[in-house]
Amino acid sequence: MDYGFTTAAYVVAAVLFILSLGGLSNQESAKRAVWYGIAGMALAVVATLAGPGSGFWLLSLILIAGGAVIGVTLARRVEMTQMPELVAGMHALVGLAAVFVGFNADLMIDRAHLANEAGPDAVAALGVFGQLVAKKTMVEINILRVELFLGVFIGAVTFTGSVIAYGKLSGRVSSAATKLPGGHLLNAAAAAAAVLCLIWYMASGGTLPLVLMTLVALFIGYHLIMGIGGADMPVVVSMLNSYSGWAAAAIGFSLGNDLLIVVGALVGSSGAILSYIMCKAMNRSFVSVILGGFGSAGGPAQEIDGEQIAIDADGVAGALDEADSVIIIPGYGMAVAQAQQNVAELTRRLRAKGKQVRFAIHPVAGRLPGHMNVLLAEAKVPYDIVLEMDEINDDFPDTDVAIVIGSNDIVNPAAQEDPNSPIAGMPVLECWKAKQVFVSKRGQGTGYSGIENPLFFKENTRMFYGDAKSSLQELLNRIT
Amino acid sequence: MTVKIGAPKEIMPGEARVAMTPASAKELQKLGHECMIEAGAGMRAGFTDTAYSEAGVEVVDSADSLWSAAEVVAKVRPPTDEEAAKLREGQLLISFFWPAQNEALMEKAKDAGASVIAMDMVPRISRAQKMDALSSMANIAGYRAVIEAGNNFGRFFTGQVTAAGKVPPATVLIVGAGVAGLAAIGTSTSLGAITYAFDVRPEVAEQIESMGAEFVFLDFDESSQDGSATGGYAAPSSPEFQEKQLEKFRELAPDIDIVITTALIPGRPAPKLWTKDMVEMMKPGSVVIDLAAERGGNCELTVMDEKIVSENGVTIVGYTDFPSRMSTQSSTLYATNIRHMMTDLTPDKDGVINQNMEDDVIRGATVVHAREITFPPPPPKVKAIAAAPKKDKPKELTPEEKRAQEVAAFKAQTRSQVTLLAVGGALLLLLGLYAPASFMQHFIVFVLAIFVGFQVIWGVAHSLHTPLMAVTNGISSIIIVGALMQIGSGSWLVVLLAALSVFMAGINIFGGFLVTRRMLAMFQKS
Repeated sequence: MDYGFTTAAYVVAAVLFILSLGGLSNQESAKRAVWYGIAGMALAVVATLAGPGSGFWLLSLILIAGGAVIGVTLARRVEMTQMPELVAGMHALVGLAAVFVGFNADLMIDRAHLANEAGPDAVAALGVFGQLVAKKTMVEINILRVELFLGVFIGAVTFTGSVIAYGKLSGRVSSAATKLPGGHLLNAAAAAAAVLCLIWYMASGGTLPLVLMTLVALFIGYHLIMGIGGADMPVVVSMLNSYSGWAAAAIGFSLGNDLLIVVGALVGSSGAILSYIMCKAMNRSFVSVILGGFGSAGGPAQEIDGEQIAIDADGVAGALDEADSVIIIPGYGMAVAQAQQNVAELTRRLRAKGKQVRFAIHPVAGRLPGHMNVLLAEAKVPYDIVLEMDEINDDFPDTDVAIVIGSNDIVNPAAQEDPNSPIAGMPVLECWKAKQVFVSKRGQGTGYSGIENPLFFKENTRMFYGDAKSSLQELLNRIT
Repeated sequence: MTVKIGAPKEIMPGEARVAMTPASAKELQKLGHECMIEAGAGMRAGFTDTAYSEAGVEVVDSADSLWSAAEVVAKVRPPTDEEAAKLREGQLLISFFWPAQNEALMEKAKDAGASVIAMDMVPRISRAQKMDALSSMANIAGYRAVIEAGNNFGRFFTGQVTAAGKVPPATVLIVGAGVAGLAAIGTSTSLGAITYAFDVRPEVAEQIESMGAEFVFLDFDESSQDGSATGGYAAPSSPEFQEKQLEKFRELAPDIDIVITTALIPGRPAPKLWTKDMVEMMKPGSVVIDLAAERGGNCELTVMDEKIVSENGVTIVGYTDFPSRMSTQSSTLYATNIRHMMTDLTPDKDGVINQNMEDDVIRGATVVHAREITFPPPPPKVKAIAAAPKKDKPKELTPEEKRAQEVAAFKAQTRSQVTLLAVGGALLLLLGLYAPASFMQHFIVFVLAIFVGFQVIWGVAHSLHTPLMAVTNGISSIIIVGALMQIGSGSWLVVLLAALSVFMAGINIFGGFLVTRRMLAMFQKS
């Protein structure tokens, strides 16, 4: 069979995927970019069905249609605030699929081996992929094994990791960083065991070491992500995204499929860059995030003097009434309370009065990169007043009122003032330089990282206690 | 051992204040002191002799017997010559003293062997604010000035629309935003007048605005006065500045109904800020209240201690006794200032006075001590107000330096890139030596794809990171291609696993892209 057509379709699909990612450079072209992605995917699937995957094409189509029903339902139903866990959950599917495909490749090697001995008829009966494998030389088979081994390993880690990340983000698993006794040593031992399995697998060619390694990898994925605190989840999700890409690329190698390699590499590098950007925003090394939790502090944290002074909705409304410029700093608390609609309404009313209202978004606000942007966009806050940290940080001294809604660590002055703070050196939004700061917060507890925030004790800070959604509603009742 | 503190009746005509109130006397007694007062001293301030007696104060009949019995004499006004003659060895006098103008008086006190603490010399540091009698008196003067202006002004302060017609609001200009000026601003705005205020120190603009007045901005480029150097007081300004200032006042004068001037420069006659021609420009019925009358007045026409009416019907008030006109209030505050001073002088609260000349506040206020004139005091060890740090402008780089920096950065970048390329290339070559050609073909594709990915992703907008993640999630279900290739070949196990993979990837494709579309659809521009 001639696969010239398939290859051509793959090239077009690959170009479409690249355009799709590149198109995300701004909001307008992004809408077109998704269609590029969809077209690329459709082309790839159709070309595969028509070409090398024609075996059970009807079954395949039915399965895809079944998946489509579930996928569409999920995507329609999910709340925007649940987006992080949906994305994390879907990574798990990709990871598991990679594991299965890897196992299939292994099974195929055995069968191809037998068929080669039985004769050409047997080889012909293997189908497209089997014939491909059967033609390989011994060295190529070995390389194939390494590739599929890697693919299964990464896929398995991605699978359990994503399941745990999903659990943490949706609140089904405690978001605190927990480790089994042994900590990183356990991870290292597991990794060593996986390497031993690889050697065993290469020597024997049996399926048993592969199964063992898969179990080990599943454990690593579980333990690795369990050890990472909720505050680092944006990095984790994008890292898992990256893993799912590498898994696809590794499988692509073992199947000799360039499209898989190209797309896997694209996804892998995109996730890696995102993780890097976020780690940089938190001023932490990627390794320390992955190895889990805070805890590199070299001394006692600074004592905080003063007390948290509360204020009621009347007070906040009064101050907003007098203010000319307002900066709102949303955080995960806003997402949890689903307060984005009220925030948007507040913004509309204040803007209608001729006040300057802007949003300051910290790169790691929320649980996904860009999480806040998505929520604010959902509530129809115009995106040209939603600014990044670097764009707005210098404007705080000229701002009358800064409102912190459910964010904590990203506005913690200890990052700049206290060299012993666990978050020392992390760039933060300098909202305390505004003339007045209001903090909407559920209670006096600490943030995700579990450290005190001196901002709450500053003289120009007033605490506006209560669930963000209901406190903002109260505020709206007083501002017309 | 106790010390007797006595407050005589003020001799100065028109002076209604008294240096001790029944309330302050009680506090003084807690320090271990005995208190005495001349009969009738508190009458004009509303404190009867009975009230004093009830507070445990000994009421003495004559000034003479008080001066001879009291070890500490607390007064408001500086002593007259007659009173100064009564000072004796070891006696301590606490009062306003104006040592710079009253050198002869200081000599007399020195010769008599008495000590003098001048309430007007209390340094302006945070710790001494509780005994800063100048400020407490200025506060009253500022308030009273507005009341006095209202008394002489024939209209409302606030604008009103009544059935009998519309009344415009009064326009008030307050010159000098010290304590008195700020108090006047507060009173004037709370009465509803449109209030403007001027001061030579631009840094007080914020205080002026905080009190509700509008700062009269003078467009003049002079290195601004640093108030901290002069203890928070204004310093004389340059002739050019003064010229500009008068010009501004002339511009304002026709619209102003009430002018309250409070401009004083320590140790100098009051600056003439409201000239004769300005008064002539004002509407008939307007009022000028000159709080600087005692030092010659800010207004050229001011006559000290008198109220005059100019030819064009402008009332000019030059009273110097504004605090005395509110004697109950001012006596209460002044007596409290004195009491705080005594607290500092009696650190152990045992009735023993310890005039600690190492203490900044006591040293600064003491003008005569142990037969020596101790005026002027050395500068206080603690600065009144932290000097505003001079801001260094970030150094402007010359074009050459910029160029050099760019070249250096470029070189460093080149070096790191070349190193990376060399190492990467070497690794690739090494791999190529051992790996079969079919693998290398795929590997090249892989490396190039990573490279493209890196180039593309850096350009993604920050706010689109979540859609990016969702779309890459959708794209990563390309794994379906692998599963599709396998599904048609081999045993039931292979088919089952492949089918499951296809199914899961199917969910992912639709879920991922749809979610991305939903997110992107929300981004909108107003």
